[in-house]
Amino acid sequence: MAYDVNGTTVEHDEEGYITTLSDWTKELAGVIATAEEIDMNEEHWAVVNFLREYYEEYQIAPAVRVLIKSIKKSMGPEIGNNKYMYELFPYGPAKQACKIAGLPKPTGCV
Amino acid sequence: MSETKKFLYVNRKAPYGTIYALEALEVVLIGAAFEQDVSLAFLDDGVFQLTKGQNTNGIGIKNFSPTFRALGDFEVTKLFVEKESLEERGLTADDLQEIMYEDEDDDWEEKPSIKLVSRAEMADVMADQDVVLSF
Repeated sequence: MAYDVNGTTVEHDEEGYITTLSDWTKELAGVIATAEEIDMNEEHWAVVNFLREYYEEYQIAPAVRVLIKSIKKSMGPEIGNNKYMYELFPYGPAKQACKIAGLPKPTGCV
Repeated sequence: MSETKKFLYVNRKAPYGTIYALEALEVVLIGAAFEQDVSLAFLDDGVFQLTKGQNTNGIGIKNFSPTFRALGDFEVTKLFVEKESLEERGLTADDLQEIMYEDEDDDWEEKPSIKLVSRAEMADVMADQDVVLSF
């Protein structure tokens, strides 16, 4: 199974998580988002960028609580709250945003 | 929710070469979601898991040591390290990476998660638990 990004293919697993983390590009994120029926806006990108930075530093996806705290800091409490995160990513900020950010499926996320 | 229990995850093995260290960390992270009172103990070769400057390029395995620094975000803030195990391996506290957490009850002040304890104190830590899981 693979995503198609301008003619190049990027392998993913049966749930849509890419298999080689270094394959990730912004264009790929757009393709995954489309497959997830998400129209990426500035707020989606803020979440995706935070996830990638956090993973780079700790080699793990953050706890949802940590994600929300950080978004609250950078974009304000109207956006940095649990309810709004689920509006941005209806299938869960951890699961869906990690997929778009090209990270492995979060630990403990069934 | 049911009452909180005290869980201790005991790490005795070196970080690479076997899967124990990584699996223990994964279990800790999964368990953290259940809001129990979680502590980690590092003794014997387990103290090597916390050393700084790890580089796994030569063995083709992911260096998961940075993940220990994220434990505070999961409210895992007690990492007991046995002094004697460090000394027997020629290590000191300075060889370990700095792992901090923000104390919610103290205006989010940054505090160190690693606590050096003697072998005798480690026995007390273990005796004080409801559940001890050994890796």
